[in-house]
Amino acid sequence: MELSITNPIVLAAVTVGGSGLVCGALLAIASKFFAVKEDPRIEKAQDLLPGANCGGCGFAGCADYAKAVVVENAEINLCTPGGNAVLKSLAKLLNKDATAANRKVALVACNGSDEHAQRKFLYNGIADCFAAHATGGGDKKCPYGCLGYGSCARVCPTGAIEITDGRLAIVHPELCISCGACVKTCPRHLITLIPETATIHVLCSSKDKGPVVKKYCKVGCIGCTLCTKQVENKEISMDGTLATVDYTKPFDGSKAIEKCPMNTIVERRMTSAREELGQLELAE
Amino acid sequence: MTTKATYTVPGGIHPKYHKELARDRELETPTMPVLLKVSMSQHLGAPAQPTVAKGNTVLRGQRIGEPAGFISAAVHAPTSGIVKAVNTAPTATGAVAASIDIEPDGEDKVDPGLQGNANWQQTNPEDLISAVADCGIAGMGGAGFPTHVKLSPPPGKTIDTLIVNGAECEPYLTADYRLMLEQPERIVEGISIIQHILGVKTVRIAIEDNKPEAIKEMERAASKLHGDIKIVELNTEYPQGAEKQQIYAVTGQEVPSGGLPMDIGALVENVGTAAAIRDAVIDGKPLTERVTTITGVPLQRPSNVVARIGTPISHLVEFCGGVNNSACKLICGGPMMGFAIASEELATTKTTSGILFLAKSQVTAFSSTPCISCGRCVEGCPMRLVPSELSQFIEAEDYEAAEAMNLLDCIECGCCAFQCPATRPLVQHMRRGKAEAMLRRKREQAEKK
Repeated sequence: MELSITNPIVLAAVTVGGSGLVCGALLAIASKFFAVKEDPRIEKAQDLLPGANCGGCGFAGCADYAKAVVVENAEINLCTPGGNAVLKSLAKLLNKDATAANRKVALVACNGSDEHAQRKFLYNGIADCFAAHATGGGDKKCPYGCLGYGSCARVCPTGAIEITDGRLAIVHPELCISCGACVKTCPRHLITLIPETATIHVLCSSKDKGPVVKKYCKVGCIGCTLCTKQVENKEISMDGTLATVDYTKPFDGSKAIEKCPMNTIVERRMTSAREELGQLELAE
Repeated sequence: MTTKATYTVPGGIHPKYHKELARDRELETPTMPVLLKVSMSQHLGAPAQPTVAKGNTVLRGQRIGEPAGFISAAVHAPTSGIVKAVNTAPTATGAVAASIDIEPDGEDKVDPGLQGNANWQQTNPEDLISAVADCGIAGMGGAGFPTHVKLSPPPGKTIDTLIVNGAECEPYLTADYRLMLEQPERIVEGISIIQHILGVKTVRIAIEDNKPEAIKEMERAASKLHGDIKIVELNTEYPQGAEKQQIYAVTGQEVPSGGLPMDIGALVENVGTAAAIRDAVIDGKPLTERVTTITGVPLQRPSNVVARIGTPISHLVEFCGGVNNSACKLICGGPMMGFAIASEELATTKTTSGILFLAKSQVTAFSSTPCISCGRCVEGCPMRLVPSELSQFIEAEDYEAAEAMNLLDCIECGCCAFQCPATRPLVQHMRRGKAEAMLRRKREQAEKK
């Protein structure tokens, strides 16, 4: 058999190979002309980030944050899951100073477990706070308190929220990455992000007057204002009938805790838990 | 004059009606309670704004709540007395709204400024609509949609059929039934006022065929009406009293998805609303009392009462001889669409058609189990939705998919949950899904702006 161009095998090989070459050439030209210049640091920054895509930094995920730190000059200390390690490596990459951000942790401003706070009816429905809240205003007598059906715990990406036996949500600060998912979920807006350094907390969100609160909860704020008189610079002030802590300044609240007749004010060190965990890791 | 309905709603269920408990109890007027709690949120739409303060003296029919917007309704003092407090109180749904506590002075003096209009046939419709709005009339079937809004169709929409809803398909409730039996003239006069306002010739009075006496009474009274008047005898089936289902049962026409009855030229008014319109126009009487059925097995003496709005439920229960200790659940409204409430301290509103006590033997705790795909909910759904799939989408928080399956068409009638052998809380899923879907829509609209 003669290998001429009219041979179907040769013809096919030449046509396919030829068109491949042409297309390749076109693509090569196109890639030169239409090339989008991207800062190579974006990809590097993205590699440094933990890839949790938690959204805690306020951006739509790690890729978005990586772009933001390189292109939009965003703060480099916003990644909570990454912690200091990521902060340092980002600082190195971008030649910036590594100043640690004030870390925040979530706090549930309610301490009314079933032991302390009464329920007004037997809720027999979907185990979800949103659904329970929409049924007769929720089964807790207190219209502001934690319902304990765990909607916050379900959205938490790190499993930092525990629902206790008394049906109360509690955040484990050592696991919290302050992504804010629980804050958005709670139908009663009980969860806030507070500075990790804060130690004194008012664990109540009830706006009801004292006598009303006393009827349904043993640990609710009754608005007696005693605590506000135990601090020097208005670190605890009254928001209506609810005592509120000013988290911007550190202070000694031991007297306020002592005086609080309802034990609403508690001391909870958010950092110590994390430190303990860190030491454990080291020991291991 | 009476015709049998040719259509029956798709789906639907036949629960035990238990109407015999209160059916034969004549309307009674209970004593005045020591304190009336008048909520500002008794209707669909924006709650009214209180216009009185603590210590003010009010007369019966005096306006104490100003409507906040077009889709809102005025609220009036149910009796004369002193305003004891302007505070907040939970409504039947658990939402908190402003509420006015009035201590009756026992004289029940009517506001002399209220004037009726015996000459309404010569009055132009706009003035009659504003009379209805001034009297704070809201749909008395249960949803409480402000009536003046329904009576003012936007330009371009005409209403050619008035359907008067006397179906009362909710089990246990007999309020509308007693009203049709004892005061059919009031209803009929109300109908002719609506006819005058909208210029409607065709009137269909829809009553289920388990109320033959009411059909007879309404037939007798309706002979005074002019135009194409017919009593439509509906086959007894729940939820035939629901607006869209009733329109289908009476006319065979379907309201388009997301649309309103006026899109197909229909208007549905409850018999109680018709009577209230009559009182508002002819007597100038604001809506300050309504017929409420208080019933249930644990109740000593189930009754139909004409109670002032704002009467605490505990007072009505006392009037009915109290409940025995088998009482386990309290529902504001009927068993299918009513709201379970936690306290007898709640007060009646313009929409409280019934108060129902259930005994321990009638209430069972359930736990939701996985859907077995039997399709009974699909069979039961009067809106032709697929509750089984919808509920699973909502459980998975995929609201977009649920909305694509017409989640927002759900009327929350409860047929699906009634049928479900897996005891899934389907209505609760739907409510949650609808709330989420509405939130999403709002967010999207806000983003567009």
